Amino acid sequence: MSGSQDPELLRRLLRAKDRMDAASHEEWPVERLARVSLVSEAHFARSFRDAFGLPPHRYLLTRRIERAKSLLRDTDVSITDIAFQTGWKSLGTFGRTFRDITGESPGDLRARERAAQHALEQVPHCFVSAAHRPDLNIAVSEKRRQEAGDINVPTKKEVP
Amino acid sequence: MTQGVQVAGLYVRDQEEALQFYVGKLGFRVHTDAKNGDYRWLTVQHPEQPSFQLGLYTPGPPILDAATAQTLREIVAKGAMPPLVLEVDDCRAAYDRMRGKGVEFTQEPVTRYGSTDANFRDPSGNGWKMIEARKVVS
Repeated sequence: MSGSQDPELLRRLLRAKDRMDAASHEEWPVERLARVSLVSEAHFARSFRDAFGLPPHRYLLTRRIERAKSLLRDTDVSITDIAFQTGWKSLGTFGRTFRDITGESPGDLRARERAAQHALEQVPHCFVSAAHRPDLNIAVSEKRRQEAGDINVPTKKEVP
Repeated sequence: MTQGVQVAGLYVRDQEEALQFYVGKLGFRVHTDAKNGDYRWLTVQHPEQPSFQLGLYTPGPPILDAATAQTLREIVAKGAMPPLVLEVDDCRAAYDRMRGKGVEFTQEPVTRYGSTDANFRDPSGNGWKMIEARKVVS
């Protein structure tokens, strides 16, 4: 666990998190985030993880999946368009990552959500959306490996 | 109305800075500003909501010990305090006005399902959602 962190630094790290929230479809390499927070790249990655409990690229992934789920649920935008709108460069990567994280394919989620009734209209949209954010407490590659139950699967480096 | 919530408070990193923000940029009014030594009881009000006060407090002695105060300052700066919602008549106009005064917006106005909302933060990190409710057609 992390120890105490300087509130002034945390406020600047929050700004980087806010920027990812506002434009999760964009690319957010560490150097860009570090610039927003006015800290060095090495300092940024570690401080962000200490502050928010997960590395910045994984946080970005949770926001992209959250947004994709929201679009699947609430719009008729095609799955291909959703993939590109939420920041993926290929439909295949989107579908695979989405399934690895949520446990179902984008199409299955859409069909299931459509069938369900929602009583959430009184809750502001962003809070409803946040409630659907995946709790990505391990790397996607690790999650994949655990689910495959195969220790021989090579670990691929995590890419947002 | 004589019964109901009278005061709900926020932790801020600096009361003077918070006062400048809520009064100078958001258009709230000071309701009570009472100092006693290091302690300052500061509440502000929305001009159209005279029955409710928003308290602006710094965590610290004599109410809280130094370690607890530090923890709270960190939590506020991380934006982890509960969400706040401000209702407005015209979200885009309020956005333009507040942005012109230097308010840090974290989401531009977006219209969905007939209502428009934007997000901003106070200097301490407290997050606000500003909502223009859907107009009810009767």
